[in-house]
Amino acid sequence: MGALLGVLPFFAYTTIFLAIPTIIVVVGAFLDGRGHPTLGNLRALAQPQVVSAFVRSTVLSAVTATLGAVFGALLAYAVSTAREGGLLRRLVTSLCGVLAQFGGVTLAFAFVATVGFQGFVTLWLEHLGIDLAGSIWLFEPYKGLILVYTYFQIPLMLIVFLPAVEGLKPQWGEAAESLGGSTWDYWRHVAGPILAPSFIGAMLLLFTNAFSAYATAAALISQGSPIITLLIGGTFSSEVILGQENVGKAMALGMVAIVALVMTIYALLERRATKWLGR
Amino acid sequence: MKTPMARRSGLAALAAVTLIGLAACSPPTSTSNSGSTGGVKASSATSAKDLGGMAALVDAAKKEGTLNVIALPPDWANYGAVIAGFEAKYGLKVNSAQPDASSADEITAAKNLKGQSTAPDVFDLGGVVASANTAIFAAYKVATFDDVPATLKDANGLWVNDYGGYMSIGYDAGKVPAPKTVADLLKPAYRGKVALNGDPTKAGAGFSGVVMAALAQGGTADDISKGVAFFKTLKGAGNFLPIDPTPATVESGQTPVVFDWDYLNVAQGAKLKGKMSWKTVIPAGAVVGGYYVQAINKDAPDPAAARLWQEYLYSDEGQNLWLKGGARPVREEAMVKAGTIDQAAYAALPKATGTPVFLTSAQRDKANTYLSANWAKAIG
Repeated sequence: MGALLGVLPFFAYTTIFLAIPTIIVVVGAFLDGRGHPTLGNLRALAQPQVVSAFVRSTVLSAVTATLGAVFGALLAYAVSTAREGGLLRRLVTSLCGVLAQFGGVTLAFAFVATVGFQGFVTLWLEHLGIDLAGSIWLFEPYKGLILVYTYFQIPLMLIVFLPAVEGLKPQWGEAAESLGGSTWDYWRHVAGPILAPSFIGAMLLLFTNAFSAYATAAALISQGSPIITLLIGGTFSSEVILGQENVGKAMALGMVAIVALVMTIYALLERRATKWLGR
Repeated sequence: MKTPMARRSGLAALAAVTLIGLAACSPPTSTSNSGSTGGVKASSATSAKDLGGMAALVDAAKKEGTLNVIALPPDWANYGAVIAGFEAKYGLKVNSAQPDASSADEITAAKNLKGQSTAPDVFDLGGVVASANTAIFAAYKVATFDDVPATLKDANGLWVNDYGGYMSIGYDAGKVPAPKTVADLLKPAYRGKVALNGDPTKAGAGFSGVVMAALAQGGTADDISKGVAFFKTLKGAGNFLPIDPTPATVESGQTPVVFDWDYLNVAQGAKLKGKMSWKTVIPAGAVVGGYYVQAINKDAPDPAAARLWQEYLYSDEGQNLWLKGGARPVREEAMVKAGTIDQAAYAALPKATGTPVFLTSAQRDKANTYLSANWAKAIG
């Protein structure tokens, strides 16, 4: 009973901010402007600009999740070899804790101020005779967003993956060695299989993290709504084309479906990783 | 009505639906102080006369004490001065909410906050949003109602055009050569420098920028495909910036060429005087006009103040304040005739050669259909 009382605020909170909005999205996706049931909103998802926004969002999220996972994992391993409780380790983990949450408009602004048209690095390079000023790469969906997203993906990977790396017991390495295994054998047959579920799970988390990001992209790109979150935002705030809110909800439903799929895979892998690590 | 996309943090979808969820949970505190003077409630008065004249309207508004406005950026059409002028003249407090919100946001706010004392009293909307939402407006005729041309108002006063302007190109004369035509912008001198105020599928200014490009390229109001093709070429040349231009990006030099309403570009130039030579040109033969719409919220928490605000906006004083901000007030013609227009401000408006084109709603629908299918592809 006491436990139930304790989690009540949490459930109240998730009801208001997660359950109710989800229901509104799901119901709205099947209603037309007058409140009659329709499948028209779902059919609207087949429009080429919607399909390409979904594809771009998926590719963008997959690429940044992969880059984040690979570099974040290497960083996590490097950190795990440092002395426990040492300065380097504490520094890197707390720094990553900050950077993983550094997103949205502030992050976009940081990049604009650094490598944007009037950014200090751009101006400095111009001073050296290298002209970047006419280049708009930072504001393009793939080039710019991949760089900017990776900036928060790598630290996030470190945070979620470090515990798994730390769970590798030194005895396993010693055991492999005493049985005549090489370092390669250890990673191939022992550490690799143990870490794999955590690694893939963390990568899926990064995927959903990038997939749902909105503010960072909105602050950088204001033309063409190239990714799905921007396209949804447009259906709600457009003052030119009206009455597409429910199409926006149908797109949100599509996002929910993709994320649900990814999270199901994540949950399955997480269960397996927990078993392996004996936590 | 203003910026194409209000800068929101968080997830678009979640934020939007959360708002709806929240609204459902907010307490229905009704503080509709409908000041009843002279037998008629302020909330149903369709003119100052209904309340017993201007003095009675002022009294009723003073009793309410406040006016809630929304989506009025202080640097947009001189709204900062308009609000200050109204406060000083009548002693009311103006609560200005979400200055950067869009027209759609204004309607959403009115619906979500219905019955609460913080709901917007009045709207300043893009024409499309206004004509889709007349059901939540209250009909009201200001004293100068007859001065407004018949095509620019609802006959019963449900909505009235307030101020407008022509689409223009603003540019930093210190950084780029003066463009004479829209096609000039394709030259290498403008590489990475040309921005459009808002995505044309979302914002009125961006939409009209594409129409202007279409007219300049030999298209018509019925067929804007040449405008989209122009931006595609502009993008291919590396000249088009996908950035949302704001006063800050102009001042910092990130957006040296901007497609925007002439009154915004003119105001920008006035603000940056001494720091930057920001000039405005309306390309010859490609004059696209657009007016904004003024309306009163049917469920305004301060109905008398809402009506007094309208009287102020359409008075000579209010109209001249907009004019000072570079916008063309709707009573322009009548005021020129009566000699009450601010001559200096009137002379400072940028010159337009050619007949202004105003899109009909059928033309707009056609253009929208074309844009939603082709804009992202053209500049993606």
